[in-house]
Amino acid sequence: MRDTPLSNCERRFLLKAVEEKKRLDGRQTYDYRNIKITFGTDYGCCIVELGRTRVLCQVSCELVPPKDSRPTEGIMFFNLELSPMASPAFEPNRQSELLVMLNRQLERCLRNSKCIDTESLCVVSGEKVWQIRVDVHVLNHDGNLMDAASIAAISALSHFRRPDVAIQGRDITVFSPEERDPIPLSIYHMPICVSFAFFLQGSYLLVDPCEREERVKDGLLVIAMNKHREICSIQSSGGIMLLKDQVLRCSKIASVKVSEITELINKALENDRKIRKEGGKFGFAESMPKERITALKRDEAPVEMTDVQETASEINILRYVSSPVLVAMGTAQVGEGIVNSWGLDEDEEDEPQTEDTKTDEVMVISDSEEEEVVILNEEAQ
Amino acid sequence: MSSEIWSPCILRDQERCLLVMMGELSEDLRILSTCKLLQHDSQLLEAVFRTHRLSYETRGSRSKSLHDRAVINCQYSMATFSTAERKRRPHGDRKSSEMSLHLKQTFEAAVLTELYPRSQIDIYVKILQADGGNYSACVNAATLALVDAGIPMRDYVCACTAGFVEDTPLADLCHAEESGGGTSLALALLPRSGNIALLQMDARLHQDHLDALIEAAMTACKGVSKVLDGVVRQHLEEVSVLTRD
Repeated sequence: MRDTPLSNCERRFLLKAVEEKKRLDGRQTYDYRNIKITFGTDYGCCIVELGRTRVLCQVSCELVPPKDSRPTEGIMFFNLELSPMASPAFEPNRQSELLVMLNRQLERCLRNSKCIDTESLCVVSGEKVWQIRVDVHVLNHDGNLMDAASIAAISALSHFRRPDVAIQGRDITVFSPEERDPIPLSIYHMPICVSFAFFLQGSYLLVDPCEREERVKDGLLVIAMNKHREICSIQSSGGIMLLKDQVLRCSKIASVKVSEITELINKALENDRKIRKEGGKFGFAESMPKERITALKRDEAPVEMTDVQETASEINILRYVSSPVLVAMGTAQVGEGIVNSWGLDEDEEDEPQTEDTKTDEVMVISDSEEEEVVILNEEAQ
Repeated sequence: MSSEIWSPCILRDQERCLLVMMGELSEDLRILSTCKLLQHDSQLLEAVFRTHRLSYETRGSRSKSLHDRAVINCQYSMATFSTAERKRRPHGDRKSSEMSLHLKQTFEAAVLTELYPRSQIDIYVKILQADGGNYSACVNAATLALVDAGIPMRDYVCACTAGFVEDTPLADLCHAEESGGGTSLALALLPRSGNIALLQMDARLHQDHLDALIEAAMTACKGVSKVLDGVVRQHLEEVSVLTRD
C-alpha cells in the first residue's frame, strides 16, 4: 500500500514551524523524545521505544566455521527488517532504499567500529567460531529508525549471554544454560547513532526527527559516537550541501546526546541485572503497566502556549446577544444567522423574518411540514 | 586524448598518478559520453547515457518521472576480477546498492536537474580494478562524464579519501591503508563553494581529530579539481581541433 502523500499545506506548515524553531510535539531543536528500554525474559532481547517509534532487537548465536580470510575471528551478522507492521508504506519483501541505508549504517556503526571483541568468539581456530546474529525488527515507524535501531542493537548485545564452551582436545562441549552460566560478550564500547535532519537547504537542523519532519527534510546526517568522544561513523545522505563547521557542530551535539543515552542504557541494564539476581519477575510482560486504558485515549500533547496571549485579544466580544428562540422540542435558535449564500433556487421562500425576538419571551416557531403540530410537554414551557 | 598528470599528495612521500581519458569509447550512439579514470591503481570505466525522456510506453517509468526535475539513475558494479580474489558479486547486493544510492544523491545535488523536467539521466559505473577509494574514483569519473555529455552542473564534484594514521592525516588512501584498520573518510566536495556533497567515515576517530581530517580531505579534493579542470580544457581543445576539419 502506498503511503499517503504529504499535502502542500502540511509541508508548508512544517517548514514554517522549523523556521520559527518550533516542533510539532513541543520539543526544542536538540531534544530527544522519551527513550524507554525494556529487556525480555531471554538474554539478548530488547525493545526500545523512542517516542512512538518501537524497535525490537534479538541477538542469537551459533557455532559455524569461520571465514577463510579471518580464521581466528568470530562473525557478526546484522539484519534489519521493515515489515508492513511498522508503517503501511513498507511493502513486504521489497528492498527499498531506506532498508539498504539502515542496514548498511547499522553494519558500519557496529561492525567497523569493532565494538565487540571478535577474537574472543573463536572456539577452535579455523574450524569453529561463534556467529553472533543481530536481528532488528521495526514494530512502529514514527521517525528516526536509525537511532532506535542502534540503541536497540547495542543494548541487546550488552544484554546477551552466550553459552559456555569447554574444549578438550578435539572435543567441543557446549554447555546449556542450566549446566553452566552463560557468558556475556566482551564489548569495548557502545557506539550510538545520532541523526540530524536538515531543512531548507541546510539552514536549519533538527535532532531526532519524527515521521512528519522526516518527510519534509532535505537530507540527513548520521553520526555514530561512543561516550569516550570517539566518532565511529559519519554518513551524510540526501544530497544536501554541508559546510565543515556544520559537521563539527553536529559532532559536538552528538557527543552530549550519546553520553546521556549511554547512561540510560547502562541504568536499564543495571536494573535488569538486579531484578534477575533478586529473583523478581522480569521480561516484557512485567514492563507494561497493568490496568491502563490503552484504546480511545489520547495523551496530552505538550503545546507551546507562549504566543497564544497575543492572538486572543483579537477576538471580538459581541455586544448584543439575542435571546434564544425555541424552534421545536430540543432545538433552539440564537440569532438570525447570515443570508444563505449557497445559491439555492429562487422558488424557495425566505424564512419569515420575525421581529419580535427583542422581547424576552420565548417564542415557539415550528417549521414542521406536518399540518398539525403537537407540542408535548406544554407545561414545561 | 589522454593526459597524464602527476599530482603530489599532501603529507605523503609517494605520488599518486591520476590518469584520465575522456571521449568516445563506444560506437553506440546512445552513449553520449564515456570516461575512463585511473586513480593510482583504481581503474574504472564509466558511461553516461544521453538524457532521455521517460517513455510513455514503459509501464511504471512514468510514475518515476518528476514533473519539474530530472531523475538521476545510478548503477554501480564491480567486475569480478577487480579485487585480489576473484569474487562474483550479485547485482543487487547491499554494498553496491548503497554505493549507487550515494552516487545518485551526490549528483542530484550537483546537477541542475530543473532544466530537464520529466527526464532521466543514467549514470553507469563499473570498477575494473579496485585499490581503495572506490567511491571517490566513481564520483570523479562521473563528473567528467557529465561534463563531456554537456549536462549543466553547479560545479565540478571532486572526491577524495583521507585517513588518520599515527596522528598524521593522509590523503588518498590505497586498499592496504583502508583495510588496515585505520580511519578512512571519503569526501565529495564542490570546490568553489566549499560545500560538502557527501561525507562518509568509518572506523574510530577521536572527535578532536575530525577537523584536521576534513581539512586534509578538502585540500586533496581541491587538488583533484584542478586536475579535472585541466583535463577538460585540454580535451575540449583537442576535440575542437578535430571537428574543425
